[in-house]
Amino acid sequence: MQSEVQFAGFGGQGIMLMGQILAQAAMQAGFEVVWIPSYGPEMRGGTAYCTVVISDRPIGSPIIRNPKHLVAMNRPSLEKFASTVKPGGVIFINSSIISIEAGREDVDVLKVPIIEIAKDLGNVRAANIIALAAFVARSKIVDFDLLRESVKEKFAEKEKLIPLNMKALEEGRKAALS
Amino acid sequence: MGKVLMKGNEAIGEAAIRAGCLNYFAYPITPQSEVAEYLSRRMPEVGGVFLQGESEVAVSYMIFGAAGCGERIFTTSSSPGISLMSEGISYIAGAQCPAVFVNIMRGGPGLGGILPSQADYLQSTKGGGHGDYKLLVMAPASVQEAVEMVMRAFALAEKYRNPIMILGDGLIGQMMEPVEFPDHLKVEATNKDDWATNGMDTRKSKNRNLVKTMYLDPEELNAHNLKLKAKYEQMAREEILYESYNLEGDYKVLIVSYGTMSRVCRTAIDNLKENGLEVGMVRPQHLFPFPNQAILKAAEKPNCQAILSVEMCMGQMVEDVERSVQGKRPVAWYGKCGGEVPTPEEVMEEVQKLMN
Repeated sequence: MQSEVQFAGFGGQGIMLMGQILAQAAMQAGFEVVWIPSYGPEMRGGTAYCTVVISDRPIGSPIIRNPKHLVAMNRPSLEKFASTVKPGGVIFINSSIISIEAGREDVDVLKVPIIEIAKDLGNVRAANIIALAAFVARSKIVDFDLLRESVKEKFAEKEKLIPLNMKALEEGRKAALS
Repeated sequence: MGKVLMKGNEAIGEAAIRAGCLNYFAYPITPQSEVAEYLSRRMPEVGGVFLQGESEVAVSYMIFGAAGCGERIFTTSSSPGISLMSEGISYIAGAQCPAVFVNIMRGGPGLGGILPSQADYLQSTKGGGHGDYKLLVMAPASVQEAVEMVMRAFALAEKYRNPIMILGDGLIGQMMEPVEFPDHLKVEATNKDDWATNGMDTRKSKNRNLVKTMYLDPEELNAHNLKLKAKYEQMAREEILYESYNLEGDYKVLIVSYGTMSRVCRTAIDNLKENGLEVGMVRPQHLFPFPNQAILKAAEKPNCQAILSVEMCMGQMVEDVERSVQGKRPVAWYGKCGGEVPTPEEVMEEVQKLMN
């Protein structure tokens, strides 16, 4: 079994970090995993994508044309990638800034206003963690406890941000299941 | 220590330290700058030296100097940077000094682009710099394999007293995979007292060592070249390394591919198998020496109709594959070289075309 997740948005939205946290959690769960960034002459505000491949077998091609899931953090990403997602996958939409629909009937669309939720938590920069939590809770791609551990590990050097991110995880999970 | 999730470039830097190399001189260039970034922090932590040269040309001679003094040394760069280093590499090979070079290839020629490519195959395997020299060329297909190749490279460089080239592509440098650093791959440095300029006091000797490439006497130079040639012939006997994939079955097409491209081919082969078409693959892990015999043997299977060389370049490996196959099967090429990595679907299409 292999699943692929494409994370896409603006540079500065924490796209690469979301993918790395998921990859770390999947590795801890014992899966084979590859994290592939889009890299190019980009700058803050430019586009940023990364793909995470999770498999129970050694991973062949790191190049994925049709991912199982998409986490779209801005409108251009949704427009560009919604049609590439495999039927039956999850499309996560950052509904705080994306006003259009996914335009797909054969996928599970999850819309969460992550920026408003993050503002309520007191720090808008936690929006990506809310999105990641909502996506993982809905897709069940990895165990939620492992995601929690992975977030703690990633923020180990910025310990004071851990409580905020734990709250962000909870809010994201609630949003996905409500 | 368990597995850690690491970016290829950072893992390459860490692997060198774990192999006992405490000297890294380099000049930054995308897509391998993270090696320098990582080691600028890490080398001082372990008592090593991180030094940024003023250019790649300078770096290649700094490497020559350190290697000539008997120190373990390595550098990393990407295609245009390796072109600049090629003069120094020729000197290092000529002077028979061990050193490890890593090329995280990007698209060329010229400045080209910064995305993954395999367009430095000929540069690495057939020369690059001037004169009769060869590099042992290693081609990793995963971050783990890159780590293991870096760790093995230092011992090989010392065994042959010759530079080693590790040829990765932009994806090997940029992607993250779980890795571990096998302690058993660390090999103690060889004694270099009989040739290195490591100080007469250090080696308690009254004889001077001289590291040089100049032999003005033609007989002497010819003898020197014969000595080098014998080393390359020894490499060809002892250092062939490749991986076979799906060669047990009754395959109709044989793919030859390496590095990231070979992983794409592996997926294509799995998918074609599900569609009822058997395809085999030989993946050279060392590009020099090239696994000629293994490819010939795989090509000679009765039902194998054609060979497909799949590369992220315009077919630079085809001549080596053709030489291996000795005209017994047709050799075709498929690839792209703009930074775009061909997808499994595109490889499948090319294989199907060969069947029609």
